[in-house]
Amino acid sequence: MSAILSVRGLEKTFGSVVAARDITLDVPRQQSIGIIGANGAGKTTFVNMITGYLRPSKGSILFEDRDITGLPSRAITRLGIARSFQVAQVFPSLTVDENVAAAVAVARTRASLLMSAITPLASAPATAEAEELMTLFQLGDYRNARAATLPQGVRKLLDIAMALVGAPRVLLLDEPTSGISIEEKFAVMELIMTALASRRTTVLFVEHDMEIVARYAERVLAFHDGTVIADGPPTQALADPTVQTLICGTAPLGVAAGEVLHAQGLRS
Amino acid sequence: MTWRNTLVGALAFAVVASAAVVLPAWLMSLATIALANALVVLGLIILWRAGLVPFGQALFYATGAYTVALLGRFTDLRDAVLFVIAAALLSGILAYLVGLLLARYRDIFFAMLSLAMSMILYGVLVKTETLGSTDGFHVESATFFGSALHGRTAELVLFWFVLAWCALAALVVSVYFRSVAGSLAVPVREREIRLEFLGISVNRLIHLKLIIAGTLAGIGGALAALAVEHVDPTMAYWTTSGGFVFVTILAGAGSIAAAFIGSFLFELVRSVAVDLMPGTWQIILGTVLLLTILFLPGGLGSVVTVGRRRLGIKTP
Repeated sequence: MSAILSVRGLEKTFGSVVAARDITLDVPRQQSIGIIGANGAGKTTFVNMITGYLRPSKGSILFEDRDITGLPSRAITRLGIARSFQVAQVFPSLTVDENVAAAVAVARTRASLLMSAITPLASAPATAEAEELMTLFQLGDYRNARAATLPQGVRKLLDIAMALVGAPRVLLLDEPTSGISIEEKFAVMELIMTALASRRTTVLFVEHDMEIVARYAERVLAFHDGTVIADGPPTQALADPTVQTLICGTAPLGVAAGEVLHAQGLRS
Repeated sequence: MTWRNTLVGALAFAVVASAAVVLPAWLMSLATIALANALVVLGLIILWRAGLVPFGQALFYATGAYTVALLGRFTDLRDAVLFVIAAALLSGILAYLVGLLLARYRDIFFAMLSLAMSMILYGVLVKTETLGSTDGFHVESATFFGSALHGRTAELVLFWFVLAWCALAALVVSVYFRSVAGSLAVPVREREIRLEFLGISVNRLIHLKLIIAGTLAGIGGALAALAVEHVDPTMAYWTTSGGFVFVTILAGAGSIAAAFIGSFLFELVRSVAVDLMPGTWQIILGTVLLLTILFLPGGLGSVVTVGRRRLGIKTP
């Protein structure tokens, strides 16, 4: 598999604080990568640099062999890298329908702002794409509910559905299950990963819940002190003694994760 | 629904145009000014929907007005259509230039920066002899399609001329509101970051809104100058901008028609207030604004919606 995303010597400093250092890795197409690490380990800084929210201090980011280092977030999104947020960034006073329609409208505005100022909003292609996403993320029942009134899990799904408008090839999810109850977490994650798999989207997700990581990541990047300390399949990365001490120790493995690792022969 | 709205709007303009024939002179003069000012309010509604309230929209209003006045004074041009087109172009270009900076700011910074810009123009106008200084100067009468008109006919044709520009502006704004870009006002107001991560520049979107609003204000200023036949620096002063914001609150952001009705009511109330209380007429205006905010926070544009809700009629 060829790398869709390549990162070389990435570094970010805020004054004397080094938030990310010497990150080098390749992301193959359609891989599902879990990013783990304690608070302040550099996970979100990494996501922010990839998506253009932060400009790297050093290093380079290549997306489909094109250098995107330091490009503004909107340009990176237009190229095909989308993201969702730890706190869902939806439009609270709009309904679910209107939120998705707005995202589709934005995707159509990307080409020409002037044309979009005279093109009527109500047209068939926009509706078709919105409907596809509504179905994919099972948002139909909430169609007319205002986003502000949605349960946290549904709001997260809406956020991700909106990020997927325009069919990005890479999606970065910042803590997709944070704020969601334990009972709902796996159902929400299952829905997200199934939807992404059906669209063949490469996904990198930041996650504190090791059970989720063990189940849904094909590869794990473990961050500590701004750099990647372990990189490999979950069976290997989560079992790494340093990762166990520095990361899993701060986010204890739950029963489900234990079961997953047990099934994979890592726990007795 | 949208075609029905357009048809109702066209019919309303036709009725007003016909009614003008029987309007008394004072009312026609008041309505002409109100319609010209309503164009500024239309622009403010575009910005307000996106959560932006400029306190310096008089910058473009005065630019439009002075463009007409200066063309009349220093060139042989007299054609009203050319006057207004020139004013629209110049105020649009100015809005583009000012927007390069203004589109980066939000909230109170946006409001105060726009006010600062208009006050710079005010200062320039006051200090420049060629531009009439504090007294301003007379605006030459315009011709309409080659004819110089006088008396009642001139007033009537000018009214229709202003009305035609208003109809055109209402159509353009309604097309914009129903467009892809125009539909993004609430998203701009609520979650800029989501829009940026959906791939567009919010600043550019706001810049476009500023250019449309600035051009509308310029046309409004040009028409007001033709109606009053005089320009002076107060057209750029902050109280003039404040008046436009006042009418926008009165009208509300929900409807295009409300901009015209609101502007007309504002001029009418002000006119009656000045008549009743020459020295303290602002008390009446202030009371009207207070009552609007208390009892009709959505402005006149929300009357229909509120009425339907109270009567239990479902909104189509």
